[in-house]
Amino acid sequence: MHPAYSVIVFTTASGAGYGLLIWLSAGVASGLLPRTPIFGAIGLGLALGLITTGLLSSMAHLGRPERAWRAFSQWRTSYLSREGIAALATYVPACALGAGWILGAITANQTAAAAWLAVCCALVTLYCTGMIYASLPTIRAWHHPLVAPVYIVLALATGGVLLCVLLAAYGRDLRIAAAVTMLALAAGWILKARYWTTIDSAERTHTAQAATGLGHLGTVRPLDPPHTQPNFVMREMGYQVARRHAEKLRRLSVALLFLVPIALLLWLLTPLPPFAQIILAVIALASATAGVLAERWLFFAEAEHVVVLYYRGGTA
Amino acid sequence: MTSLPAATGKKLGLVIDLDTCVGCHACATSCKEWNSTGYSAPLTDQDAHGRDPHGAWLNRVHSYEVGDGGQSRTVHFPRSCLHCETPACVTVCPTGASYKRADDGIVLVNPDTCIGCKLCSWACPYGAREYDYDDGVMKKCTLCVDRIYNETMAPEDRVPACVRACPTGARHFGDLGDPASAVSRLVAEREGFDLLPELGFKPVNKYLPPRARKDHAAPSAARELPISAAPGSNVDRFFAWVDKTLSR
Repeated sequence: MHPAYSVIVFTTASGAGYGLLIWLSAGVASGLLPRTPIFGAIGLGLALGLITTGLLSSMAHLGRPERAWRAFSQWRTSYLSREGIAALATYVPACALGAGWILGAITANQTAAAAWLAVCCALVTLYCTGMIYASLPTIRAWHHPLVAPVYIVLALATGGVLLCVLLAAYGRDLRIAAAVTMLALAAGWILKARYWTTIDSAERTHTAQAATGLGHLGTVRPLDPPHTQPNFVMREMGYQVARRHAEKLRRLSVALLFLVPIALLLWLLTPLPPFAQIILAVIALASATAGVLAERWLFFAEAEHVVVLYYRGGTA
Repeated sequence: MTSLPAATGKKLGLVIDLDTCVGCHACATSCKEWNSTGYSAPLTDQDAHGRDPHGAWLNRVHSYEVGDGGQSRTVHFPRSCLHCETPACVTVCPTGASYKRADDGIVLVNPDTCIGCKLCSWACPYGAREYDYDDGVMKKCTLCVDRIYNETMAPEDRVPACVRACPTGARHFGDLGDPASAVSRLVAEREGFDLLPELGFKPVNKYLPPRARKDHAAPSAARELPISAAPGSNVDRFFAWVDKTLSR
């Protein structure tokens, strides 16, 4: 599948934003995070800024972005529609949380309720994002039970790294945040490794013979293509990354997204001067960002659509 | 709107005979011509006279080599929307622009509400939907909805443009929900089949298999064709030189 940069930016930026929103909400509701208005303003501002940037970026993927509002209507059947509604709905408890945390406009109990509601809405949004892909049986690598969990866990992991940067910059104790983030990163690593193993070993069940219904006559091999230049179907669905190239990128994304941030967060658990803490957290963030971008690019580039059978034969 | 109708009155669709299709692409070009002005208009092309010409077409004709040895054959294979009974391209649509008509089962895109998110093209295993890069919306076979009910046209023209254009009569149009219809009887007689039935989208369009060949002995009797000039011979090299020179 063609890796659309608008969609890669959307899922990674919004993912980190929702992850940060979840940790901020849970942290403030459980009293683990500083309740000072400035920290709330910076944290929530960053989370909602990332979410909004991602959502706007996803509009760049549309042929008719001015009609995007119509996408809120088909929640009965469409995960894309559900995602849009959940994304919009998340702003309500997130803003209520801000009203309580930053402005003190609502009571502590109401703020806590808004925080937990924001956690739920953010999780639902992330689940819907994953299910947009996981609900498509036409793409073997996406139609997999680990796709949605990986989206959620990687959002929590990247959002957690962001929280560590915020706490370091604010000069607060970040040991709990670092520990929780390391858990999320480790969980992401395990799930992603498992996902890659099962995807690689799974049988390619769809064949050019079944696609054309001509299997009873023997193998089906493309002779003349229907057109001389790639059409939309080939540009969008026929994208293929070389296997050797993909393996290199997998190793790179594992190192950048999981290995380096976990090592740096472990280091952050030891007593360090505040300046060193900030530097380490920022390096962890840069590494995780590059890693999750590579992971998301691969998620698209490695996925193979059934329709390629009509163009190149073989199995998919 | 993207919820599917529980049942459709008719199941209008095509039956494509892979035995008689000669791969002339007349169905594809007539489709492009009709739909450049009708319901699907504009059906645009990009870089039409440049280095990378491409555009949205609603019908594509592949040619395959099938089988091995003496029994191998060329099969021409037109591919377009199959107007599935349970199409995922409709249910994934976030706006309701994609829909399946309850009356006749035709799957259509409303060009006024499509946002061009392309998710329907990901959901379709048959590559039936193409994005119109200029119009910013998805285009697909309409089963010539603007012809088949068009009372200003002569009755014989009230069929999809591809069916009207086919010089070998390899394309048939009708109600596949009615077991007594001509197309249904044809499917029953010739053992018409579905494409990728295991995906469960229940295509309405059916394909008829190429008939068994009678002009060849068993495939074991592989006959080597006499080769007049061995590869690399002076004659071969001469023709290669002529070809190269004339191609300059």
